[in-house]
Amino acid sequence: MCTYIAETDDVKATAYAHGEWMDVHRTVVSMDHPYKVPVEHALCIDFRTGDPSRRVAVELHPDDARRLAYSILSALQR
Amino acid sequence: MSDHMQAGTIEIAGNNADEIEAYLAEPVGRGKVGGVLVIHHMPGYDRETKEICRTFAVRGYAALCPNLFHRYAPGAKWQDQSAAAREAGGVPDEQALGDFEGAIAHLRSLADHNGKIGVIGYCSGGRQTYMTACNLDIDAAVDCYGGGVVIDSPDQITPQRPVAPIDMTAKMSCPLLGLFGALDRSPSPAHVAKMEEVLREHGKDFEFHSYPEAGHGFFSVDYPMYHRDSARDGWKQIWDFYGRHLA
Repeated sequence: MCTYIAETDDVKATAYAHGEWMDVHRTVVSMDHPYKVPVEHALCIDFRTGDPSRRVAVELHPDDARRLAYSILSALQR
Repeated sequence: MSDHMQAGTIEIAGNNADEIEAYLAEPVGRGKVGGVLVIHHMPGYDRETKEICRTFAVRGYAALCPNLFHRYAPGAKWQDQSAAAREAGGVPDEQALGDFEGAIAHLRSLADHNGKIGVIGYCSGGRQTYMTACNLDIDAAVDCYGGGVVIDSPDQITPQRPVAPIDMTAKMSCPLLGLFGALDRSPSPAHVAKMEEVLREHGKDFEFHSYPEAGHGFFSVDYPMYHRDSARDGWKQIWDFYGRHLA
């Protein structure tokens, strides 16, 4: 399936990768073909910094993504 | 038959004469040959897409694949360009058609071009292939599991993709080969059946093959959905189809 499923949100956040912190101004959440994780479709989160080459990308198995979403909501409710 | 070819990255004039990156693979020393516009899949302008171009060149076709995501992050790695295109909401159909027009003009300008143009696209490129067959002057089109030709709900109509390709079918001006996986969800077997129905209604020249053990992306050697037997038969169908229409 090639999906066009993508949700974009403006955020004020930071992300850490390759030994440095980066300002993140947008997230793009998509459900599509992953590059690495070995499933046909993955929940992909791209943390955008404004520089296309400086980003943090995560690909999750859909079941793991659902658990992560519950964990986030659970943590936020405490 | 010689299998000599040359391949590499070039710049072509795309939509609005924008300079965009493209990968060209050409046979060497085989006289006049047909041109094939290769449209990359949704993951982007990757290694396996370039390999597909080289495969066409070895078989005696000049193949050119424009990087549809180049302008979103020039100079960045291809995965970063794909991510930037996604952030921008995806490639608008009109812009893609402009890029394809530029690529086809480049193929026609090659010294050894025989005057024939084929198009082949994978995944989102399959949808764009269907659209190309309905809007540009080409001789043969191969849609490899293009999802979104048939839409399920009006919310699939967006500013980037304002018309469902199935609604362009009346304008299709060349034979169409469709290669699909029966386990795919987009296009699902129901979507493929709808395409067949509409193509038949409009009296179009088409042939479809659906592989029972394949899902989406069965040609993609670098991805987990690759399905060897379906891909091998699919290539056989492509050589037969282009042999008849691009000679």
